[in-house]
This record gives sequence, C-alpha cells and structure tokens, in this order.
Amino acid sequence: MSRAASGSAVLDDRAGEARLILAGDWTLAHHAMLLRQVEALRARIDARVKVDAGELGSLDTAGAALLLRLLGSDRVRTLVDSDSGLSDGRWALLAAVDGAMAERSVPPAPRKGSAIGDVLAHVGEAVAVFGRHAVDLLGFVGLTLSAMLRVGVRPTRWRLTSLVANLEQTGLYAVPIVALLTFLVGAVVAFLGATVLADFGASVFTVNLVAFSFLREFGVLLTAILVAGRTASAYTAQIGSMRANEEVDAIRALGLDPVELLVLPRMWALLLALPMLTFIAMISGILGGMLVCVFSLGIPVSMFLSIIANDVGVSHFIVGMAKAPVFAFLIALIGCMEGFKVSGSAQSVGEHTTSSVVQSIFVVIVVNAIAALICMEMGW
Amino acid sequence: MSFKHPLDECFVRLKDVHFAYGERSILQGIDLSVRRGQVVAIMGGSGSGKTTLLRLIGGQLRASQGEVRVAGSELSRLGRNDMYALRRRMGMLFQFGALFTDMSVFDNVAFPLREHTDLPPEVIRDLVLMKLDAVGLRGAGKLMPSELSGGMARRVALARAVALDPMLIMYDEPFAGLDPISLGVVGQLIRRLNDALGASSILVTHDVHESLAIVDYVYFVSDGRIAAEGTPDEIRASRDPFVHQFVHAEIDGPVPFHYPAEPIGQALLGSSG
Ligand SMILES: Nc1ncnc2c1ncn2[C@@H]1O[C@H](COP(=O)(O)OP(=O)(O)O)[C@@H](O)[C@H]1O
Ligand SMILES: [Mg+2]
Repeated sequence: MSRAASGSAVLDDRAGEARLILAGDWTLAHHAMLLRQVEALRARIDARVKVDAGELGSLDTAGAALLLRLLGSDRVRTLVDSDSGLSDGRWALLAAVDGAMAERSVPPAPRKGSAIGDVLAHVGEAVAVFGRHAVDLLGFVGLTLSAMLRVGVRPTRWRLTSLVANLEQTGLYAVPIVALLTFLVGAVVAFLGATVLADFGASVFTVNLVAFSFLREFGVLLTAILVAGRTASAYTAQIGSMRANEEVDAIRALGLDPVELLVLPRMWALLLALPMLTFIAMISGILGGMLVCVFSLGIPVSMFLSIIANDVGVSHFIVGMAKAPVFAFLIALIGCMEGFKVSGSAQSVGEHTTSSVVQSIFVVIVVNAIAALICMEMGW
Repeated sequence: MSFKHPLDECFVRLKDVHFAYGERSILQGIDLSVRRGQVVAIMGGSGSGKTTLLRLIGGQLRASQGEVRVAGSELSRLGRNDMYALRRRMGMLFQFGALFTDMSVFDNVAFPLREHTDLPPEVIRDLVLMKLDAVGLRGAGKLMPSELSGGMARRVALARAVALDPMLIMYDEPFAGLDPISLGVVGQLIRRLNDALGASSILVTHDVHESLAIVDYVYFVSDGRIAAEGTPDEIRASRDPFVHQFVHAEIDGPVPFHYPAEPIGQALLGSSG
C-alpha cells in the first residue's frame, strides 16, 4: 500500500463535502515540499473537513509534526476514532509528538540591543576578564613563591628526577629549533642591515647591528616566544589532563601539595633551561649574521669577531641574559596556572592550552618592552 | 588543639553544612554522621552535590556555614600541617580512578608510601604487593593504567587509597561503568577492606541494589539537603516518595524527568503554530 512517493495533501471538495486526502511518504526527506503544501492548505481546513489517510505511506517524527501543524492537535486526537484509515502505530507516533509539542509558551522576546552597546559590552567583558587573569596570576605567583621557599630549605623534598625529566623536555629537545630559527633571523637581520646601511656607505656596521640586537633583544625574546609556544602549552596540557582525570585531586587527597609536586619541578626546569637556550640563541643568531656578512659583504671572519670584541660591550649580553629567568618564571607560571584552571573535559584542556600560549607570549612581549624602556632610561 | 568531643563516637560528623560555588548554592544544611566501623552510602541524582560533600569531608573545600568534624577535629580550625596530616589518614577513591597515567600500577600504589614514609624499598615492595593482593591484582604490578579495564583500574585505585591504612575511606561512584560481575567484586571489596582495616567508609553511588547489600546506613541528598535516611531495611520498606522513586527507578516523581525547556514544537518548526 505504501508507494515510495513524496507525500502530498490534497483538499478535494468535488463530492459536495470536503475531503483532505493524505498520501505518500510524510518523512524528513520531503519536509520542505510538505511544509509548503501545509502552509497553503492550513487556512482552508476546518472542523467539517473529513480526513482520509488511507493512502498515507511512511510517517516519521517530522511528518507527524507537520500533520499536527496542518490539522491542529484537537483534530488529530479525534482521528483515531473516525474512519480516517490511520493505523494504531501511526496514531501512537502522532500522540507522542503532540504530547511533546503540547506545552506551548510565549516565544522568548527577541534580544534588544544596539551595535554600539554590544561593542561596549564586549569591551567591558574583555577588560573584566583581563583583570581577573591578572589577579589570578598574582595569586599564583604568591602560591608558587611560598612553596619554593618552603621546599627550598628542605633538600630532601627536592624532586630531582622530575626536574631532570622536565629539563630534558624543555631544554635539550628545544635546542635544534631554537638554534635553527635564531640562525635564520640572524641572517635576515644582517641582510636588512646590509641593504639599509649600504646607502650610507656604512655596511660594516651590519656587524654591530646583528650583535647588539641578538645580545640585547632577539636572543632572549625569540627564545622566550618559542618556549612559550612549546613549553607553556605542554605544561598546561600535562597538568590540565591530570586535572581532567582527577589526578590532581588524588594528589591532594593523598595529603600532598600539587604545587610542590607539579609546579616546582617545571618551574626550576624552565628557570635553568631558558638562560641556556638564550645563550645558544645569541650564538647562533650572530653566526647567521656572520654568514651573511662574510659571503655578501665580504667582511672576513676575523674582522667580524674583532669588531664585536672591540665595539660591543658586555653589558648588552648581561641585559639579555638577565631577562631570561624573568621570562622563564612567567612562562612556567602561566603554563601551570592555566593547567590548574582546566575543569573536567578534554575540550577545556584545549581551551586553556590556547589561552596559556596567548597569555605567555603577550606577557613576554609586554615585559620585554617595559624592560627596554627601563634600560634606556637607566642608560644600561 | 584537636580535642575529643565527649559524645564523639562519630568519626565524621556534619552539622548544618552549607556550601556554594560562588553564587551558586549547592548544599543547604546537611546533617550527617558516620560512626567508626560503619559503611555509609550517600545517594542522590547527578549534580546533587555528592562529590562536593566528599570534598568537604576531605578538607579540599571549606564549608561556608556549619561544621565539619573528622576524627574529632573541626576542619575549619585546622592549620595547614594538621590538615595535611589528617588527609593522610583518609583515603579517597575518585570517580574515574584517577590513577597517575605515567606510572605503572605498582608505582601508583607505592606512591603514597614513598611520599609519606621513609621505608626501605624492600618494605615498600612487600606492602604494595600486599595491597595489590587484597584487591586481587598482585600479578598486574607492571601494567600501565592504560592497559587496565575499568574494573581493574578501580581496584588499583582502591589499593592506592588504602595504601597508608586510612581511618576513613571515601568512594566517589565506585560502581560507575562497571559490568555486574566487577560491580559485585568491588562492592564486596569495599566492605571487606573496611572491616579488615577497622575503618569507616563513605560511599557515593547511584547503584541502589549493590550498595543496599553492603552498607550500614544510607543518606539521600536532594536540593542540597538530606531528603531521607535510614538503614537498608528501612530504605527498602520506605513509603517516602523520593526514596521510592529512587529505589524503584521510576521516571517521574519528586525528581522530574523533564528539564525545563521551550516546547519542542517551537524548536521543530521555528515558530509556534
Ligand atoms: N568547581 C566547580 N565550580 C562550580 N560549580 C561546580 C564545581 N564542581 C561542581 N560544580 C557544580 O556543583 C553541582 C554539584 O556537583 P557535584 O558535587 O559534582 O555533584 P554530584 O557528584 O552529586 O553529581 C553541579 O551542578 C556542578 O555543576
Ligand atoms: Mg560526582
């Protein structure tokens, strides 16, 4: 009896009394077409119309909802008693859909608001979030420092195994990428210098440019940004998945301090690794610059080295290196803190990982800018 | 500073405990007590605050009002070191086991012993094997947590929770996701370990039948309060509608099936017809 035809509703009033003939498949596949027919017919259906569903093919939830829309739920309820040709199974589906649709309420009022208001609201929200992050960060700084002091005076509680493992991950494995990237940037800076300075006939100062920029700024900044992307995210993901897995709670329940167990080894590892990586970055950036100087400017290696030795003061190196532990502290702190903020789900781990990378890069660049200002004012 | 209450035969006692996460009030006046040697079940729907209750007893959260006493000391008055010392006397089994994923089964169980004692490695080894034996997994020491089935992971976590012979063991949904056989095994283990250690246990669970078979007393939590309580026999015979709905797994009752929603008609058709 069921034809694999798309459903249809036809109002037939030739035989004196109006008959609504429902035929074909009233299913999701034909929803759009049926909806059009339903909308067209709805106004013309009244209580006197007889319903003939003898030709009705298959009926699914979407079709049932459309039928209810066409006939109204009161009418549908009477269908089963009349000779409409509707089987019991069909009627059960209609009754279920009708039940679900029954509790109608006023639709929620459309949200009022202007574009400017929305923008202001977003700005306000963002500022509030920023403030909250800053307060969280300060709180976590305190927590970490107090744990450092507490544990620092008791060498039996130093976790050397964990420290070494983290040092390997954050320090050793980062050497190739740090060296390669700074080498390339060093070469690019040298090219830039050579191009601009050639106009003044001062190409030889390219050497100073490369040495200054890498010792003071680029060595530590590039390394910190790389480490922020690499290690802050790893810390967040590690601690975050431990939180999602309730392992952090288990540590607490075992009477241990998660900060001492999870944060301190990571913090010390980065405090040791970042200065070492920074040193490597300075060397390899200057090497990159040297390569360009030698091959494209014709400055011999010995001259390159003697210019650095004579013109570039050691204070630049010290300024650069002094920033490394500060950045390391901030990156490790943000990475771990975001890890602890993870709640429950795997999705939350992802969100906080992203947030920790963004925050730590942001903080590194801002702190670097502030440091540059201070150094300039102090004449260091 | 931790003085004994004259009437304190109760190992755990909560009096009129309130708690809120920020603005959101979760518990509103919980009274509950666990005597020494007892196994007590806390039941209630998901999100009714059972885990929160365990965290309050474990001292990981602090009640905003009311008092929580464990082993005679009121938690809010304990200093940091006393609190850590007290936690060492409590074992907690988490909902998903919470094994350390980067350590073997053996190291997981050995972890609290290594952290809290100065025992030589041979002694630790013997203790760990004893605990693993108690949960029937002595041969599984070398496996990693990812290689365990749900029931086995739960048992390893149990072994870790009792590694320091705690006075109080708390279980957060120890039966969730277990097949009927593992479920029975874990249930019997909980009772046996409690009796063997002379400890008290608190069991948060949805599994009415398994837990009624092993516990001494049951509390039902609903809307932040204790909705009903009693011994397993009293619970089975209870006429209380809430208990009845819970024990007999009825869909609708004091706890509604439907979450408040806009009518499905609108959701389906876009506008109200
Ligand atoms: N860290 C948290 N911050 C905010 N709300 C929470 C937190 N943990 C749990 N909740 C909320 O508190 C309620 C009770 O949670 P929980 O005690 O885990 O319930 P149960 O264990 O009974 O299922 C839940 O509605 C949950 O959403
Ligand atoms: Mg829970």
